[in-house]
Parts: sequence; structure tokens; C-alpha cells
Amino acid sequence: MATEVLMPALSPTMEEGTLARWLVKEGDTVSSGDILAEIETDKATMEFEAVDEGVVGKILIPEGTEAVKVNTPIALLVDEGESAEDVEIERGTAPVPKDKAQNSEDQAAAGMQHPAPVQPKPAEATEPEVPEGTEFRTQTVREALRDAIAEEMRRDETVFIMGEEVAEYQGAYKITQGILDEFGARRVIDTPITEHGFAGLGVGAAFGGLRPIVEFMTFNFAMQAIDQIVNSAAKTLYMSGGQMGCPMVFRGPNGAAARVAAQHSQDYAAWYASIPGLKVAMPYTAADYKGLFKSAVRDPNPVIFLENEILYGRSFEVPVLEDFTVPFGKARIHREGSDLTIVSWGIGMSHATQAAEELAKDGIEAEIVDLRTLRPIDYDTVIASVQKTNRCITVEEGFPVASMSNHMASYIMTHAFDWLDAPVLTCTGKDVPMPYAANLEKLALVTVEEIVEAAKSVCYR
Amino acid sequence: MAARRTTTKKADAKPSASKEELLHYYREMLMIRRFEEKAGQLYGMGLIGGFCHLYIGQEAVVVGLEAAAEEGDKRITTYRDHGHMLACGMDPKGVMAELTGREGGYSKGKGGSMHMFSKEKDFYGGHGIVGANVPIGAGLAFSQKYLGTDRVTFTYFGDGAANQGQVAETYNMAQLWSLPCIFVIENNQYAMGTSVKRATTSPDFWERGAAYGIPGEAVDGMDVLAVKAAGEKAVRHARAGKGPYILEIMTYRYRGHSMSDPAKYRTRDEVQKIREERDAIEHVRKLLIDAGHATEDELKAVDKEVKEIINEAAEFAKESPEPDPSELWTDIYATETPQGVAI
Repeated sequence: MATEVLMPALSPTMEEGTLARWLVKEGDTVSSGDILAEIETDKATMEFEAVDEGVVGKILIPEGTEAVKVNTPIALLVDEGESAEDVEIERGTAPVPKDKAQNSEDQAAAGMQHPAPVQPKPAEATEPEVPEGTEFRTQTVREALRDAIAEEMRRDETVFIMGEEVAEYQGAYKITQGILDEFGARRVIDTPITEHGFAGLGVGAAFGGLRPIVEFMTFNFAMQAIDQIVNSAAKTLYMSGGQMGCPMVFRGPNGAAARVAAQHSQDYAAWYASIPGLKVAMPYTAADYKGLFKSAVRDPNPVIFLENEILYGRSFEVPVLEDFTVPFGKARIHREGSDLTIVSWGIGMSHATQAAEELAKDGIEAEIVDLRTLRPIDYDTVIASVQKTNRCITVEEGFPVASMSNHMASYIMTHAFDWLDAPVLTCTGKDVPMPYAANLEKLALVTVEEIVEAAKSVCYR
Repeated sequence: MAARRTTTKKADAKPSASKEELLHYYREMLMIRRFEEKAGQLYGMGLIGGFCHLYIGQEAVVVGLEAAAEEGDKRITTYRDHGHMLACGMDPKGVMAELTGREGGYSKGKGGSMHMFSKEKDFYGGHGIVGANVPIGAGLAFSQKYLGTDRVTFTYFGDGAANQGQVAETYNMAQLWSLPCIFVIENNQYAMGTSVKRATTSPDFWERGAAYGIPGEAVDGMDVLAVKAAGEKAVRHARAGKGPYILEIMTYRYRGHSMSDPAKYRTRDEVQKIREERDAIEHVRKLLIDAGHATEDELKAVDKEVKEIINEAAEFAKESPEPDPSELWTDIYATETPQGVAI
């Protein structure tokens, strides 16, 4: 019996190559690992090793032959004492059919014939109502977030929090005030300044069955760790075929604070929202901070929880309930109106609500949709509002290029074109690094005046 | 300091092993080599695509360390991961079918050569970013300490990854928090095409732990018994709650960095010399024959049995269908918590 030695593919893109030199001759005995030939690929000259053992019965392609297609038989291996003429040929594994080859053109062609299936629509999220007669109390975002962390740590022993200054210092922004006292050093862990390392360590802890809350002192520092967030946390469930996920929360203040300049003032919403496998929350009110954070800790996926330093001190009404949660993927109508829709989230809501008050003075009633989560996004609520008002603007503090606003505008124009009476306008931060000077910083952020102007523009006023 | 002292001690008796142990190591190492040769062949036929990093030459590292591990211990590695998966007991069929991108693969064809996992075997990947698995390994060790088990985590990486900043970050935290983590540096002397001496002025990687107070040692990675003995020592240290340990295992890969590497950065003689004089499988074969534990024929029978297993794996990997197109949209988000509570 003889075994065919086939022309190998020696790079991901190789389709044919030159058989540069034979290092064995007919009659030679070869064993696994011996170098048979040198082959020039599209990238380099490679040595080609034997896998099977036997005697080189016949060389089918002489050295120096160019453009030998991958999977062409180039030699025959026979057993000791046989010759190539008198044996039956055992075909190696069948060559790969053309349409399965790892070739980008072929893949594109195959894609034409078999279009990718459409993304299935997720099941409708159900919002737990705040029951009639529920008492509310005024709390700052900081207090609501602190309560959410404490409640989840009381509920589940596997929840722990780690980060720079979260324990003894009580949090750089005092979010973890009192948490160390209640839960102790085993569950409230001060880290060295080592974002890349502790983000990865948190991922491993989640793989190992824990529910880490990783605090970044600000999301600006998470850029040191973004590989762990994107490549390790977000993709593992998919790469493992569903075997292993990464249930954890990365949280911290995001976006501009006040007068801390370019390296400490960036909004990463669009960055994280573009990654499949992550969930992203960017709440505005204290109640949403609390309810969404509790959902984030319980979520079996990695969650990016984007907070805002300026909002930490703002007060809102928070329902007094034993276990108040807010689901991901459910927007909230913050203000009802009939003349235009303002879509916003996070600190953008602060500017949007002020603009709505200004617009009301001119008789324009804006409906404000607070997305609350940027992955998943509640498109249905946005589209329903646009179908009612026929006009829409978006408001955020992030950079304008490849922004969340770009995405929302595109989605709305694609899905509600016939309902729109004006193009969707986007109000964003300016396309500049954040300046330090007080006047310049103010100009770099989105302003209430710009929002009012955009709103009037889509209303043709 | 302490780290250096523990390691320069040469008094350890030469490790020995029973017939059963030696036969087990022989079979396990051969399984990895034959698997990798077959993977190389399937790559050549276009059945495996993309990057494919073979473990040929390094077999004694994982086989020796698995011999030192206990049930429930964890392991994590980088992208040259096929050997680790076979050594911890994962099914060659599932591994090979993942290489061919088929439904029967460990990740249903969605991970490929560099991204495979088995919760059942405590194998946590298969990671494609050099060095990124190191803090994750420390995190696995953290979880075990937090949960109060005495399980240890083997965190494998290469001489290339050893120069990543996150490795230093991880050493610092692992020793600070006494994490039961064994850092295994598989020093095969080349980070893709860059030799160790072209990459660092501090080529004794195990010594870097001393900066943090982590003990460690260099080990002959072509001798499975030496690897096992060093592994047992490291495991004792970590399991006793004394914190991490570094093993720098001196090994060699016979093949290129990946399938498309012509390996022009080293001579053919260099490779050939190690193959002929230092091969880990030949070493155990000789121990078995010299001690009269096995005859040539008996070892040939092992060879045959291993080859059959690998051929079956290859057949399975060729015949398993490609994943259903609907798989494109599955496993992006989990809907159930590990506790089974739906969100």
C-alpha cells in the first residue's frame, strides 16, 4: 500500500507554491519529522516534514516546479520492500472542496450564496413596576450606588470589590464609604496601582466562580486594562462555545469631571458599546444607578458601569424598596412631550433636561428618552417616541466621530425614515482633546444653547 | 535571597519513577506528538486554517506537571495549547474538531486552535493574547483562596510573555496576597523569531520572582521526571498557603512558531541536535528499555494504539459538520447565572 504525500498549505493564504528542492530521493526511508522538501510559499521558503513513515516510492513532482497547487500529490510513500509501481494507492484525506478553502475571495463568494442569518430578537425585558404607594426618599447618586453595592454584597457571598483606594481610603470618590467596615478585608480589597493586572485578575476570579466588582478610579485608567475587558472578559463565552462566561462588573467614573484636562476627561461609552459580549450601563438618576447596578452584579455577563463624577453629588428620588432593580435594555421616558424627541443618557441627560425647560418657554415640548443602557439599547422606545414627535436630536458629551449619537441617528433614519420631518441632529462634545482653561473646557463640552438650537432647527423654528 | 537559595541547592536526589508511571508518561507525550503531527498534516491539507502553533518538542513540560497536579487544580495557558488540553484529559476528538472549525469541537468551532476551554477538566484556555492569561491565572488562584479550597492554579506562559508588563504586575499581587499560583514559564528559547538573548538582559526568568520574594527554579524541560519533581515541590508550596512559585522550564520547540513560520532565525543543525540528543520521548523510551520495563515490541504496540486514537480524532474532525449558521448568534450573552437564576 502507498500513501500519497500532498502539496501542503504552509500559510493561511497559500493556494500554490514552488517545490524548490527535494531533500530525499526515491528509495530513501523516512520517518515522522524528517524534512522531505523545501517549499516556497507566498511568504517564505519552508521546510516540509514527513508525518507518515515509509520509503519514498516515487517523486511525482520534480524539484523546481512552480505553481504546484495545494493538495496535489507530490510523492508516494510505500512500505519497506515495495515499489511504487505495484501498489494500490491509498488516497490521503480528500482534498478540501474549493468552497471550504480558507480563502478570503472564496469566503466572500460563499457569503453571497449563504447570507449570514439575521440576529434573533431578544425576548422583551419586563420592567418590575415600582408598586403603587411606594415611599421615595431623596438620595445622592453616591449614596444610592453605595447602597446598591452593600445590598448585593449582603445578598451574595461571592460578590467582592477590588480597586485602588476602595477599602481603607473609603473610595477615591467615597463610593465605598463604610463598605470595608461592614464586609472586611477579604471582600473589600485595595489593589496596587496596576489596572492591567487587577482587571485580568478580576476576570480570572469570575472564571473561578466569583462575582467581582472591579473599580477603576476613573475609566481613563481602564485604557491600561482594555485588552482584558475586551479580549478576555467580553469574548470568552463565545470563544468557549457557551461553556464559560465572565460574570463581573467594571465600574467607575467616566467622562469629563471638572478642570482635569485631556487625559482625565474622556467618555468611553461608544468604545465599550461597540463590543459584542459586553453590557453597558450609563445611568442618570440615583434610582437608575441603584437599580441598574444591582442588576449588573446579578447579570451573568461582563458589565461596564459608566458613572459620572459630577452626578455623584446630585440628588434624586429613590424608591424605598427591599430589592429594587432596573432591567437592562429598557429606556425610560424622563419627560413627555409632543414636538420632538431628545435621546440621551448619563450626564447628557443633565443638559437635555435643562434644554427642555428652555424650549418649553418658547412653547416647544420635548420628549426626553433616557436610554439608561447602551448595550442592549431599547430601540423600540426610541422609535415609538420618534413616530409620535416626528423629530429627533441626540445629546451626549462624547466625541462626535464614531459616536453613540452617530449610531442612534443612523438607526432612527433607517427604521423611522417615513415618520421623520427633519434629519436627526446630534449634539456631542467637540472634536478636540479636553482643554484645561475654564472657558475652553466649557466650549469643548456640549452646551444647553447648542441643544436648544438643534431642537429649534429640527422643528424649523 | 530566599528565592535564590532554594533553587541553587543541588542536593535533590535524582527523581525516579515506577514502570507504570514511565509507561504513562511515554504514552501521554507520544499522544501529544502524534496529535500535533496530524494537526500539521491537516493544516497542510487546508482543513485547519488560521494560526496553528504546534507543541512538538515541549511534551515533557505539561506531562510532567500534570503528574504533579491533583483533581480540581486549575490550569490556563496561552495559544500553544493543544498539549495542555490533551495532558489534562480533554478528548482528542473535540480538540481536533475545534482545529478544523467543526460543530464537534470544544467550542463548537467558534474558538479555533488558540481558544478552547473545558470547565469539566478545569482547563481555562487557550488565550490568544501573549501574557494576558497570566493575571487571569492569578485570578483563578484568588478565587480558590477566597472560596477556601486548597486547589492550586498552573499558569503557563512562554519566554516571550515573560517580558510583558502584566506578568510583573501579577507577580506583585500574587505574592502580596499569597495566591496559590504556580507560574510556569515554558522557555523554548524563541519568542516567535526573537531569541531570549535578543529580548532581555535578564535571561534567567525564574530569578525575576526574587524581586517580589517569590521562590522559583529552572528545570530541565526535556526530562519529564525532573519536571514532575519540580512541579511537586511547587505544588507543596502553593497548597500549603505559602503563595506563588515560579518554574522556568527549559524546553525547545522543533517546529516553527506557527505553521507559516520558516524558522530562519535558527539553524537546522541546532534543531536536529536537540531532537537527536535531548528528545523527551526518546529519554523515557530509553529509561523503559534500559530498566527492562518494556520491550521494543511493547512500545511499538503503545505507538500503534496512540496512532489509532489520533487517526480516529482526525476522522471525527473531518466528518463533524461545520457549525449551523444559527451558531453565529449564540453564546454572545449568557442568560442564566451560574446559580441558575434567569435575568
